[in-house]
Order: sequence, then C-alpha cells, then structure tokens
Amino acid sequence: MEKIICVCGHENPAGTKLCGKCGRPLTEEAKSSKIVDMKYDGAAIRSKTRNKSMVDKIWNFFSSVKVGISLIIINLIAASIGTIFPQEFYISVSTDAEKEAYYENTYGSLGKLYYELGLSDVYSSWWFQILVGMLAISIIVASIDRGIPLHRSLKNQRVKRHESFLKRQRIIAEGPIINGDSANTLNLIEEKMKKLKYKVRRDGNALLAERGRFSRYGPYINHVGLIIFLAAVMLRLVPGFYVDESMWVREGEMRAVPGMEGYFIENEKFILEMHDNEKTENQELQGVNVVAKNYQTNAKLYKQTDDAVPGKADDLELVKEYSIRVNHPLQHEGYSFYQMDFRLNEIKAMNFVLTNKETGESFGEVHVDLTNPQDEYVINDQTKVQLLGYYPDFSGFENGEPQTATPNPNNPAFIFKMTTPDKPEGEVSFVAIQQTVEPNGDNAYKMAFKSVETRNMTGLTVHKDSSIPFLAIGGAIFMIGVAIGSYWNHRRLWVEQLDDGSIRLAAHTNKNWFGIKKDIDAVVEFAHLPKYIDQSDDDAEKEKEGDSTL
Amino acid sequence: MDKKKKRSITRGAILVVLLAAIVYTVYTSATNDKVKVLQVGDKAPDFELVDLYESDLKHRLSDYEGKGVFLNFWGTWCEPCKKEMPAMSRQYANYKEQGVEVLTVNIAQTDFEVKKFLESLDVHFPAVIDQTKAVMTAYNVNPLPTTILINPEGRVEKIITGEMSERQIASYMESIKPEQE
Amino acid sequence: MSLISLSGNLLYVAFIAYLVGTLLFGGAIKSSKPDGAVSRADKWGKLALIVTIIGFLAHLSYFITRWIHKGHAPVSNMFEFTTAFGMFIIAAFILIYYMYRLTALGLVALPVALLIIGYAAMFPNSVDPLVPSLQSHWLTIHVITAAMGQSILAISAVAGLLYLLKSINPKIQSKSRFWMEAVLYFGVLVIGFILATVLFKGVGYEADFTYIDTQKAEQEITYNMPAVFGMNDYTLLTENVMNPIVEMPAVINAKKLTTVFWSFIIGSVIYIIVRLVARRSILSMLHPLVQKVNLNLLDEVGYRSVLIGFPVFTLGALVFAMIWAQEAWGRYWGWDPKEVWALITWLFYAAYLHLRLSKGWEGKKSAWLAVVGFAIILFNLIVVNLVIAGLHSYAAN
Repeated sequence: MEKIICVCGHENPAGTKLCGKCGRPLTEEAKSSKIVDMKYDGAAIRSKTRNKSMVDKIWNFFSSVKVGISLIIINLIAASIGTIFPQEFYISVSTDAEKEAYYENTYGSLGKLYYELGLSDVYSSWWFQILVGMLAISIIVASIDRGIPLHRSLKNQRVKRHESFLKRQRIIAEGPIINGDSANTLNLIEEKMKKLKYKVRRDGNALLAERGRFSRYGPYINHVGLIIFLAAVMLRLVPGFYVDESMWVREGEMRAVPGMEGYFIENEKFILEMHDNEKTENQELQGVNVVAKNYQTNAKLYKQTDDAVPGKADDLELVKEYSIRVNHPLQHEGYSFYQMDFRLNEIKAMNFVLTNKETGESFGEVHVDLTNPQDEYVINDQTKVQLLGYYPDFSGFENGEPQTATPNPNNPAFIFKMTTPDKPEGEVSFVAIQQTVEPNGDNAYKMAFKSVETRNMTGLTVHKDSSIPFLAIGGAIFMIGVAIGSYWNHRRLWVEQLDDGSIRLAAHTNKNWFGIKKDIDAVVEFAHLPKYIDQSDDDAEKEKEGDSTL
Repeated sequence: MDKKKKRSITRGAILVVLLAAIVYTVYTSATNDKVKVLQVGDKAPDFELVDLYESDLKHRLSDYEGKGVFLNFWGTWCEPCKKEMPAMSRQYANYKEQGVEVLTVNIAQTDFEVKKFLESLDVHFPAVIDQTKAVMTAYNVNPLPTTILINPEGRVEKIITGEMSERQIASYMESIKPEQE
Repeated sequence: MSLISLSGNLLYVAFIAYLVGTLLFGGAIKSSKPDGAVSRADKWGKLALIVTIIGFLAHLSYFITRWIHKGHAPVSNMFEFTTAFGMFIIAAFILIYYMYRLTALGLVALPVALLIIGYAAMFPNSVDPLVPSLQSHWLTIHVITAAMGQSILAISAVAGLLYLLKSINPKIQSKSRFWMEAVLYFGVLVIGFILATVLFKGVGYEADFTYIDTQKAEQEITYNMPAVFGMNDYTLLTENVMNPIVEMPAVINAKKLTTVFWSFIIGSVIYIIVRLVARRSILSMLHPLVQKVNLNLLDEVGYRSVLIGFPVFTLGALVFAMIWAQEAWGRYWGWDPKEVWALITWLFYAAYLHLRLSKGWEGKKSAWLAVVGFAIILFNLIVVNLVIAGLHSYAAN
C-alpha cells in the first residue's frame, strides 16, 4: 500500500491530511489553507485510501457523508409524502376496491393517483424499506470508516506538534511572555490547565492539555444505538416475535385469546363514562357535544392447564382480574391487552307479552335470552309458547325460510307457536322488529314486544412485542451517545516554548469555541502568555463584504 | 493473506450481511399477510369439544387417530355452508364405514340455533359448538366455510375455503380414507 | 379573582413585558458599545433582560395557575400548546443569554415569541376536558419535553436570522436578500392573521352555512370572517352577510382558506404600507441595527442551540412519544402525521449536524438551515395540527 512519509519520518497511510505524529500538513490543500481542517484529526478516512474492486466501490459509496446526508434527505421527503393524505390503515374500509373508491371520492383524481402510486401505504412499500435500509448501511459503513482511524489518531497523539500544524489552528498565539520567569511558564500552564480539569502531558519543551476526549466517541456511540434500534425493528418480522391481534368480547362472554395459546379473556363489564362539563368553545368549533372520559373493560384473564387442548373450557384457572382502560393495558407474560373499541347496547334478551289481540288481555310474559333460547316457555299448564326458530340478524325470506345475515343480534326475528286454552292446537307467528307475519291467517293472540335487555361489546387488541427490550437498549445507547457528543466537547491546547523562552500556542475544539476561549483567557492571564488571535474572525468579516450570492 | 485482500473480504462480508437483512425485511413484510399459522403438512392441533346432543360425549381429535377427519367450520348465517351440508351428510353416510369421521364445528352460536338449523336441513353428522372460538383460533379459520382435511396420521392434508360440491366432498373424503388391510 | 382569570391576566402581563422588552433590546443594540461576550450588556440591555425575566415569570405563573386549575399540564389544545411553546422559547433565550451574554438575540427571540403567543391567542382558550387517550402523565412529560427541544432549536433559527440580517447586504441584489425579505414578510403575515382575527371578532362577524362534506353528509359551519370561499355545495343561512365568491370542492376546507386569504390580504396591506412609508425593504431597516454583533459568535450560538436542543427534542418528541404510544395503543410507532413530522424534524436536524461536521457548512449556509428547521417546526405546529388530521390533531376530535 502506498504510504506518505512525512518530513519527520513518520509513515502515514495514503489519504492522510495531517501527519499522525507531528501534525505537519501533508496535502497541498492542507498546506495552502490558513486554518487546517481538523475533522478526524487529519487521519485518512479508510475509504479514501483505496478504490479498486467492486466491493470497495460500493463500500466507498456508503461511506461517503455526502451520500449519507442525501439518504437522510431522501428518507425525509419520502416520509413526508405519506402525510399528504391519510394512510390506508387510518381509513376504515377493508377491501382494495373500497380503498380505491375512498381515495377517489374523498380526494378526487389526485387521491386516485395517490392510491395507484402506492403512496397510500408508503411506509410498508419495498422502496421505502430499501431507503431506510440504505441509510442503515450508510450509518454502519461510515462509522466503521471514520471511527477506527479517528480512534487511532486520538490514541497515538504526540505532545509535540510541528510549527506548520500549530500555526494553522484557529486559535494561535506566539510571542514572549509578558512578565515573570519564562523558565516557569510551562509549569504555570500545567497547574492552571489541571485546575481547569484538563489532562496535561509534557514532552521536553512542549505541552499538550486535553479535556473531554471521550466526547469524540459520542457520534459513534449514537450510531451503534441507532443500528441496534433498527435491527430491533426488523426483529418484529421474525415469526413469534410480534403478535398483533384484535378481538371482540361481549359482556358475559369468554373468548380464546388469538395469538396467546391457552388463554381466555372474559368481559365482565364494559364501562363508558362521559365528561359532564358544559360545552366549551373548542367543542363548539369541532361540533362535539360530549367528550368521553373513560373507556373501561373489567376483564378476567384465564389460563388452561398446561396439558389442556383448545376447546376444553372446564379447567380454567383465573390468572388476573383487571380494569383495562386506555393508557392502562392489562399485562401478562409479555402480552398486553389494550382497550381499543367498543359497541354499545347489543340486544341480549327480549321480553314479550302473550296478548289477546282483541281484548288486550295479557296471559303472561316470556323472557327470551338470546344467548340461550329455549324450545318452549311454559306459562301455565294450558298456556305455553314454543320457539320454532330464531334468526339473530333477519335479512328476509328465501323459499319461505327466514334468513340471518350474521350471527349478531342486530335484527332479531322469531317464530313462535302460541298455545292457549282457547287455541290448544296453537297459532304460529313470525315476529321481527316492526314486522309480524301470521302464516295461517289471522291469529287471536300475539307476542307483544315489551322490552329489551342489552349488553355492550368491547374491542381489545392483543399485543406481544419481544423486540421492545432491544429497542429500549438501542434507544438508550443512542441517547447516551447523542448526549455525550452534544453536551461535552473535546478541547486541546498545544504549547511549545521556543529556545528564546517565548511561547507558541495553539488550541482546538470540535465545538464550543466560546468555552475554550474562556479557558485560554484564564491560562493566558495566569501564566502571563502572549495574547491569542482567532484566525477565523477576519474570515467571517470577509464573508460579509463579499456577499452577493447565496 | 495480505492485508488488502483481508480487508476486502471483511467489507464484502459486512455488505452481504446488511444486504441480506434488507432483502429479508422487504420480503417478509411483503408476504407477511399471506403467512398462515397452519399449513398443509403440519400436525393438526388437538382440541376437545362437547357434542351438541350428548353433553357427556366429548370429541377429541386425538381420539380419531387412524381415521381420516373431515373438519368443517360453519355458521347458520353462512349461505355456502348451508348448501354443502346435505352433500356432506350423504357422503358421510358412505365413508363412515371406511374410517372417515366428519366433525362440524359451529362458531359460537347457541345450541338452539344450531339444533334447529341442522334439523331443518335434515342432516346427520356429529356437530359441536366452539363457544370460546378457541378451536377456530387454533386453526386460524377466517372465512366460512373452511374445511380442514386431516389424514389418519393426524396431519393436515388440505385446507379448503369456500363451498364444496358433492363430487369434491367425495374425493376429499376418499383422500383421507385410511388404508384398508 | 378566580384562578383561571388570574392565569389569563398573567399571560397578558407576560405579553406586554415581552413587547416592552423588545423595544428595550432595540435600544440596547443601538448603543455604541460593541456587543457580545467581551463586553457585558449595557444599562438598556440589562433593563431589557430584567423586563424579559419578569415577563417570563408571569408567563410561568400563567402556566402553573392554569395547571392547578385544570389538574393536568395545560398543553392539551392548540392555545395551550402554542402559548407554552412561546414560553419555552423565552426560557431557551434566557438560558442561551446567560451562556453567551448576547443581547442582540433578544431582538429576534422576543418578537418571535410574541408572534407565537399572538397566534396562540387566536384559538379558543377554553378549558377542555381530556379524552381518555390523553389522560396520562406522559402527556405532561412528552409534550413539555418536546416543546422544550423545539424551543431550543428555535433559538438556533433566532441566531441564524440575526446572522443573516447582518451578513446579507440589503443594497446588493441577491437570492439570499430576496429570501430573507420573504421570511420577514411571512412574519408580517402572521401579524395579518392576528389582526384579521381580532378585527372580525371585534365587530362580531358571523355567518352560518350548511354544506356537504366528503362523505356526502350535510354539515353546519360558522364563519367568523366574510366568506370569500364557500364550502362544497353551501347554503348561506345568515342574512345580510357576504355571499361567497368562489365555491370550493369538499376536500378543501373553505373556512380555513378564507382565514388564510384575509390574513394574506391584511398582512400584505401592512407590508406595502410599511414599505411605502419607509421607502425601503424591511431587511434594510433591520440591517443597520445589528451591525455590532459578532458573526462568529452568532454562528456558534446557532450551532450550540442545535447541539443542546437536538437531544432534548429526540427525547421528548421521539423517545417519550414512543413510550407513550406503546402504553396507550400498544405500538410505539404508527406513522401518524404528527409522528412522521417529528421524525422529519429530527432527520432534518441530523442532516444539519452532519453537514456542519463533515461538509463544513458553517456561517450563512448553517444559518439558512436553522431557519428552514424552524420553518419545519412551525409547519408541524400549524399545518399538521390544523390541516392534516390525525391522532394528535388538536383541530379534529
């Protein structure tokens, strides 16, 4: 591999900007600049060093910060496109045709285009996932490429740096000390810098004071965190890692929990509470009359014995009793039950009165429990009502047979056979809501509807996400890395005492120049050093003068 | 091995792993909806349900080992379920002697509805009600009717969703018939 | 005086204090001493800061008294969140001021906060009951941390604006001069919005309509400004009011469009008057005020505010948001528009940091990026809340 050999004799890998030992600028660019570029401390970024095979080319592509930033921006734009119209999972239709119709009807031809381009489900599209994946590759490759050389050059720092390095720093000073014994100057500097919590190293007539080096690792730590986070998101796709099911349970019902084998959940009661406030101005604007206060399911979680098989429901063991509310899911062994939806007032039982049509005389009441209809309801030994048919969601007749559209009691209908003392052979009547059919002509009796009993239904979602701990670890590492990189900074001060006792000084920080200047102000005063200048100050002024284009 | 080559291999390996991760992600999330819990060839999950008519008769799948089981999920509101029932009843009469058992599983309706419905169709085969939907969940049944063919070894032979004709029913029963000695 | 009206009055006090503070900062900046870290702020500057702190304390007291009155953090509707955002901007300004002693920041930070509070005041300040999903201590933690992060990030835009005010020469035509003037013009439009709302509210303008929404259902709506744009298939119910000029399709909320229209008209009129009277651009009026600020220092303030704000924003707007979402809905991320825009903001500032670190985008480029970042934050506050409906939307239920 080609190497660059510095004047000082140190061998540097190709692509190095500043000699790893003495700091002399090695490239023409570095030599001609007034302030050297200190990122990665002038170490060669690995990808810049070689460019041969296909693998290297791909590697270099992803290593480029320019590519990384472009990927960030592309991801940003792609994500924003998904917010133009609501995504599919936020609209309440299920089939593809309905979805297409929804977008077209609601948002016109633009909506139709949006749907057809797949933008209505952009976040699960293959190309969006590939974009995120490419960003992840970029993070990994760029971190490996920069982190390792930076680590090496920080670890192998020399105290003594060449004049050409020192003079090209942003903060520099050179000159005799203002008063006092110049032989003691370096000691004074060391004393002061130690007080300012710098680590001080000396090498002959040179001194290096350094503080907060670990902050240089912040970006790499946060990138590791991000990668762990993204990997954890991917884990979700591994079978068994992620369960996301929804279920409806009526009050008093027990249901097997989908995705959670051997467990059953019983809905004891569903509670809906409303705020009793007066209508506020915001409610007025939004056309909302009352605001919900609480959605709650009083639930019981049961478990089968371990050797039991599905369907066997006589050996259940109560595991947990809990009031599931929004923000307060029931949690058990990694599974969580969330309050998601509800339906109020489904018919549970109906009460009828056997009535003489003419006289209006009542012969007794019949209570039909829709969860357990009986073959006959005996009123007394001469009077009874037989139930010949029950159709929970009556949808019309087909070949004279009543039909049900669903198993839910949305529109219950019954065929009753009424046996009374004066009609011992019985009269048949078909009874539905607002409809009565008497197949044998005019009956003397009717089943007069009296009242209903209702119950509520709760919609729960069942979740298990085993990737959460990994996400949490990734997120925590990311936050730690970001905090380290943001709230601490790496400050260095190089001092060299020349043979005539005068001082040459340079300082660098990766961020917070204001802070390092305060430190230097302090040491300059303490050790009577020459005044320093900030070489970038006149640059900024120049920029102002030359302003004409963006 | 020289350093250059070694580095190239490391880089290549990292890139390949990352690429594989992306491909896996895109592939699985694209096919995610289609992944069934239960697949042909799997061991059919055991279950136990109480007979519709005799409360102390329990139908346990494992008790039928050595027989073919024709497991049919249905509901009274489901029109195609209703249509295929008489054919099932007739074919069951044929294949019963040849070691094929039919078990129809109603999804959480009331005894009354199920009994009246079967009576009105005049069909005869064992029927059970899956009150808690546990068996339905275990077999990942979604549309009705769904029929699961279970061979004498207790493995899923075929999963049929939608209505079956009488000829199909006959051939399905034939396919799970145990070998005659 | 009841707690809630005391709270309201405290907010007025804060508003007036910020107004006075702005004028004082103007005076401080005009004084002849060089500004910045080296010299401490002069008398005017000190006074300006004291007034600002008084304003902030009043603002904080508003926040606390309202909190006590409601029993939960007052960040649950558009008015409350936006006033809190204004408060945190002032807090962030005071924090950065004590780090850098840069008086000039106040000259931009205070007007920005004033515009934001003024904007907030245009929304109903009613004490709304909380829906079940918001009844969580995470409401307090997530919203306040996110608002703090955004406010600190906003200070970078404040520094950026100052940087641009100084560095863009108003006498030479350039793209940056045009865009800078456009940014200032946008500020005037916000004033236009506030004036339009106050004006029409003052005369008690109301016009009721019925219209047909996207789901083909009939709805009622009340306009508080003369209806320029009519809702889809509207019928005017009120007599002696303006009839809409243009009817909009159902997908566009013509009422909001009308508000935008009037804000635009009134804001533009103000802008034109100012330009006619002063006979120069707003940029050239402000440019001489900021000549003494040190550009290098401003650049650093901008960068430091992003550095300080970015982790706070990440924690509040993403980490806490995910924890809450996991607890409330069982999924930590749901691609809700507000979530997506928080992610976009985060990605943008990540790009800012990378551009600065690796591509050396400092000075003017960096200042522009900071301004764009703030624009994204405002977009998230205004457009996402009011136009793009979602779970977080304060405008929808």
